[in-house]
Amino acid sequence: MAAEQGSSSWTASSDPKEAARLLAESRQFKGESLWNDAWRRLRRNRPAFLSMLFLACFTLLSFLTPLLPLPSPVETNLDQAQAAPSLAQFGEHMFLAVGERWVEDEDIERAYWSLSWLDKRMVRGRIALFGRFQTGHWLGTDLLGRDILSRIVWGSRTSILVALAAAACSLVIGVLYGAFSGLMGGRIDNLMMRIVDILYSIPFIFVVIFLITLIGDRRAWFEERLGLDRENIFYLVIGAIYWLTMARVVRGQVLSLKISEFIEAARVMGASTLRILLAHIVPNVFSIVIVYLTLTIPAVMLFEAFLSYLGLGIEPPKVSWGLLASDGIAAINPIRIFWWLVVFPAIAMGSTLLALNILGDGLRDALDPKLRGQD
Amino acid sequence: MIRFLWRRLVWFAITLFVVMSVSFFLMRAVKGGPFDTERALEPAIEANIKARYHLDWPMWKQFAQYVGPLNLDRHRAEFLGGDGRDTFGGVLAGDFGPSFRYRDFTVNDIIAQSLPISALLGLVSMMWALALGISTGIASALRRGSGLDLALRLAATGGIALPNFVIASFLIVLFVFLVPLFPVAGWGSIRHMLLPGFCLGLVYAAYISRLTRTGMLEILSQDHIRTAHAKGLAPRTVVMRHALKGGLLPVVSYLGPATAGILTGSLVIERIFFIPGTGSHFINSATNRDYTLAMGVTILYTVLVYAMNTIVDLSYTLLDPRIDLEQS
Repeated sequence: MAAEQGSSSWTASSDPKEAARLLAESRQFKGESLWNDAWRRLRRNRPAFLSMLFLACFTLLSFLTPLLPLPSPVETNLDQAQAAPSLAQFGEHMFLAVGERWVEDEDIERAYWSLSWLDKRMVRGRIALFGRFQTGHWLGTDLLGRDILSRIVWGSRTSILVALAAAACSLVIGVLYGAFSGLMGGRIDNLMMRIVDILYSIPFIFVVIFLITLIGDRRAWFEERLGLDRENIFYLVIGAIYWLTMARVVRGQVLSLKISEFIEAARVMGASTLRILLAHIVPNVFSIVIVYLTLTIPAVMLFEAFLSYLGLGIEPPKVSWGLLASDGIAAINPIRIFWWLVVFPAIAMGSTLLALNILGDGLRDALDPKLRGQD
Repeated sequence: MIRFLWRRLVWFAITLFVVMSVSFFLMRAVKGGPFDTERALEPAIEANIKARYHLDWPMWKQFAQYVGPLNLDRHRAEFLGGDGRDTFGGVLAGDFGPSFRYRDFTVNDIIAQSLPISALLGLVSMMWALALGISTGIASALRRGSGLDLALRLAATGGIALPNFVIASFLIVLFVFLVPLFPVAGWGSIRHMLLPGFCLGLVYAAYISRLTRTGMLEILSQDHIRTAHAKGLAPRTVVMRHALKGGLLPVVSYLGPATAGILTGSLVIERIFFIPGTGSHFINSATNRDYTLAMGVTILYTVLVYAMNTIVDLSYTLLDPRIDLEQS
């Protein structure tokens, strides 16, 4: 049977008509692709699937934050400082209290900080949608009377930005570096991996803190010359670290792919190294890349919170979860416990990170059955 | 073995050199020294200060002086340490120079005061991590699929997901204010160490619990365990004597990263609980622009992490003779 098929395809290749017929026939069969298979398995994994839905909603919500009728996250109101969470006051009409006149860009900047163009449009959209309505302090207020709910939601944007920046860096640098190293092999591979080893053995948190302080001294120079503020530099620094594991993993995968037949075939047909890399290797390591990405992102979010907590990451007036946690811990005192300052940011951070971890584990099981059950 | 150690040493030297030179040149590349104040100093005073810290030298000479071990200063200027001993020698001689902010202290003095505290905290949290992690890991492996297993695994995922400062803040509210079991902050007695140690070790306990569970499950399904059961050994003996040794291998290899993590994690925990350890000093030095102190701590921790990883790799071969160090 197999021999017969082999011989028929052999004759087919010499006859263009027969070849066209076989090609059309083969198109009718649809293989079960890795992605379909993985998607099916992921859907069956209830916790991972729920986590994914949660994260999708979360991302959407944080992107659309300026559209939501929340009080400004930075507006202080000492009359209502340390208000306990309550739903009693459902909402009020006081957002951007500039009377009846048209809201200028300066008004928005005064209420927030220098928002991006898109965010300003969204704030205007919000005014069109909700008027001057804003929610009451459902989750309470902090020591300066700023709304906790609003701060948490706005803070989520920072976490997502950091996560995206780190993910992009680890994708671009890590995948290319690892793939190149694995593909070249021999001495170059050895050298490149040694460099990764060296970087691995550096306690990065110290170096990063050190770097950020140094950069902090020169921030005027950076801002003028390169247009980078501390936040951008912070994103870059984080991204520059988190590609190491990715590079290692990708290299391992590439080493095993390299000796497979289809790569050899491509080489025989005269494909250049770059083409083999981009067209054949990269798509094949993609599944493992996605798995590591979902495991990297919570680590990065944690790192951002960690640095912001230490006062070295995001700076006020911008909000981040690390800053919220820092405020909450600073407010702990034996006389009166403002539990909402600690509990709500912790719940937000914890649930997001938990969902990311569960999704990462689920994706790993779905995409790479060989790794299942390993931690 | 000797070859492995030798190679490790060579890579260690390279790593250390990279860390040292990168941080040194970055530090010097920054315009404005750590002594710039709001008020302009008189030129003579400024020159004096600069001369004291060798900031008036060309860059390469400063670097050579910092690395040591040769004293390039013609006047053999020596900085007096806190104990009155003269300390000079550069990093290679184990001397990190004078602190820029704490004028009367050398970096070595500060580290000598604070490192034992950090080390003790790290030890306590490592013990927490091992005790909690291994016991829960074994429990959930033995009761695989039960409610206990599920609960423990969920707790482990939670422990990994939550940042330690969040856990710390919960525990402070709970065990310090609501149920006053522990002192708020500070350092001194064993009661001061338990809560910070627990917060610091919890994440690693979670990882260790996962690793133990996986390792135990793998070992428990093997033939020699069945044989042990078949010859009538008590279940406890089978687990403790036969399964545990193999099942803990993944944990051992994790100890290196765990130690590194505990060392760095203590930055935050020391700050929350106001523990005067190296981490607190490092954060302060970073915010105060005390460059020599920051560099000294960075280099010290590089050495510690590297040494820890090497020791762990060595102990790994002792536990599992099949692993060949030459390959790694």
